[in-house]
Amino acid sequence: MGLLDQRFENSNVFVTSMDYMLNWARLSSLWGMQFGLACCAIEMMATGASHYDFDRFGTFFRGSPRQSDVMIVAGTVTLKMASRIKTLYDQMSEPRYVISMGSCSNCGGPYWEHGYHVLKGVDRIIPVDVYVPGCPPRPEALMEGLMKLQEKIRKESLAKG
Amino acid sequence: MLTEFGRVLLFFIVGMVFVAGGLVFAWLLRPHRPYPSKLTTYECGETPIGDTHVRFNIRFYVIALIFLIFDVEVVFLFPWATVYKGLGWFAFIEMTVFLVILLVGYAYVWRKGDLDWDKPLPEIPTYEHGVGVRHSALHEEMEG
Amino acid sequence: MTTVEIFGLLKEKFGDAILESKTEGVPSPYVAVAPHSVLNVALFLRDNEQTRFDVLMCLSGMDYMAGKFGVVYHLDSMPLRHKLTLKVHLTAENLHVQSVESVWKTADWHEREAFDMYGIVFDGHPDLRRILMPDDWEGYPLRKDFKVPQYYNGMKVPY
Repeated sequence: MGLLDQRFENSNVFVTSMDYMLNWARLSSLWGMQFGLACCAIEMMATGASHYDFDRFGTFFRGSPRQSDVMIVAGTVTLKMASRIKTLYDQMSEPRYVISMGSCSNCGGPYWEHGYHVLKGVDRIIPVDVYVPGCPPRPEALMEGLMKLQEKIRKESLAKG
Repeated sequence: MLTEFGRVLLFFIVGMVFVAGGLVFAWLLRPHRPYPSKLTTYECGETPIGDTHVRFNIRFYVIALIFLIFDVEVVFLFPWATVYKGLGWFAFIEMTVFLVILLVGYAYVWRKGDLDWDKPLPEIPTYEHGVGVRHSALHEEMEG
Repeated sequence: MTTVEIFGLLKEKFGDAILESKTEGVPSPYVAVAPHSVLNVALFLRDNEQTRFDVLMCLSGMDYMAGKFGVVYHLDSMPLRHKLTLKVHLTAENLHVQSVESVWKTADWHEREAFDMYGIVFDGHPDLRRILMPDDWEGYPLRKDFKVPQYYNGMKVPY
């Protein structure tokens, strides 16, 4: 455990102001791990490009899980890939978040009925914070998903309660 | 009040405080929850094969060594250049002798090939069976 | 050359190894070959001056149900601009065919896929292992009697 992380029993003025600053710092620079698996990756790239810019949120894609805060699982999760996703999620350092983008990673998508090789939803192996529906979701939808994640981070606290 | 050295020391201490302060503050606030799966070597999600120690190519060492020698030469040139004005011919000839000795060394290194960056030659694949376009009617038409 | 002419040529050269040729009543005309002589027929078709089939367009496995399997080869010729379909019929007890990887390099991955999806073993293939499914997958997915497993490595597979 970090020396101060989750050590306080209830909030006090020191904790709340630390929280505010810490959460603001974390949500303003969410470095994403590029995890484009299938078609949703194209929409993720479109969101990162100049028209719907991701960089204005402080987000840009890092190749390694060790350097990233958020993993955007974009695309169909096959069973072959699922073990690698679990390893990569484990190798991310806290604080870490997951955005599940598109129907395939939410619930198996169009392969829910006959897909013998598809994992029906990435939340069967890793904990997901935000689900973005769509097939594929428009870039605006993905940006809203990121903003909802930022709202979630804003409410976090150093205190346990 | 403070000597010149004192000023440099103050500068140094403030610099250290900034760096150490940032690191300590971060250590206090960040979560630290290691577990075995997290500490495995990163290999794009696969189970890692072998050690992470990569063997460096010897070319890097040679280039770094040569750089070091000539960097030290430049360091010697700086104070000489600062006080050159009042020194006269003797200083000039002495420095020229120093530079010529190092130039001879440089020429030797260059000639020996230590400055070359060897690249592997491309391997062009060969095929056993010859299936050519020579027999195509279009090619014969084109060649007249 | 049409399929009928090529069938005539092959029958002359190989005799009993060429089983039949069907040109009427099927979507695409084909020549059926016995499984133990596929390699010789393939080499002949590639190198012979009249046929020169230098491109293997596609190699697929087939499951005809009731224990009957097959491999279908689609060949194409770049210099002479004609096509041919070869079929090999196999039974569930003996799912072995000679590999044509030494003739056309495309067959390398196509045969791995046929092995992965149907379990057809290609003798003489240098590296026959699964290509699409994970390495420890059990079963051959595109067979008609394949049942989706309930769990794979602790993950629930059906919806």
